[in-house]
Amino acid sequence: MTLYGAIFYLLGIVILTATGLAVTRRQPVHAVLYLIVAFLGTAALFFLLGAPLLAAFVVIIYAGAIMVLVLFVIMLLQRSPRELRLLSEWGPATLLGVVFLAVAVAMVFKDPGSRIVLQGAIAQPRDFGRFLFDRYWLAVEIVSILFLVALVAIIQLGKRKEAGDDEAERRVNPAGNSSGVSDPTAEQRSIISNGVKEGHR
Amino acid sequence: MIVPLGHVFLLAGLVFAMGLVCLVARRNLIMTLIGVEVMMNAAAIAFVAASLRWQLMEGQAFVLLILAVSAAEISLGLALVVSLYRRTGSIDPDHYDILKW
Repeated sequence: MTLYGAIFYLLGIVILTATGLAVTRRQPVHAVLYLIVAFLGTAALFFLLGAPLLAAFVVIIYAGAIMVLVLFVIMLLQRSPRELRLLSEWGPATLLGVVFLAVAVAMVFKDPGSRIVLQGAIAQPRDFGRFLFDRYWLAVEIVSILFLVALVAIIQLGKRKEAGDDEAERRVNPAGNSSGVSDPTAEQRSIISNGVKEGHR
Repeated sequence: MIVPLGHVFLLAGLVFAMGLVCLVARRNLIMTLIGVEVMMNAAAIAFVAASLRWQLMEGQAFVLLILAVSAAEISLGLALVVSLYRRTGSIDPDHYDILKW
């Protein structure tokens, strides 16, 4: 086993352990912290497989931006739902995962191409950027449109439904909102009445 | 020189299966989104390995698109979760029964 091979298996163990711990934690905050470890391991793996620019992007976007976003949302939402009555719910899901994995492994290792040993190579960030904007500039533009659409949708979702006086009232008394949320039936009633109002308009 | 291609695919498959189990079994919408992220991460690993196997940069270009799509997906998904929490006061998908009669 070469040095690179040893590094690969080490990184594989780190990624698998961190991901396995992340998906089984009861507290979402712990899960996110383990997931950051998994993403850092993935970034190192990308570096090993000759994609330094992608490794940097994974650290910046996944481990940095996305996980911080998830952490902030977890802090916004206090109540954690009841979780995981063990066998009745994890049983079928684990069975599904195992069957999927068995089929995938059988397909991968049946192909003789899977025994080809990877040759080390590296895509320099400069070459990769040139390549991307030479041949796949349209895809980059489409991604920018996707981000624009997502941005518009998020602003629309984040906006409070009621305009005008309701908003002013909330600003004066922010506690009123949280007490309303704690009573789901009242909240539902207000949603239904809002729907009726909008229907009449 | 590094490892056989199948071993990288095996790693990607294991990570993907973990994400799948997390997506199906958890009852917390944030954990569900995290499961989707884990699955996309596994797909990215497979793409980078294939890119190295055929010595083509198309695979890495595709990983960049996966990264962008997953960023858009998680931000939109979290906005939806917050919006649902404001409406129903819960992030358990079993509690979303306003439309059920």
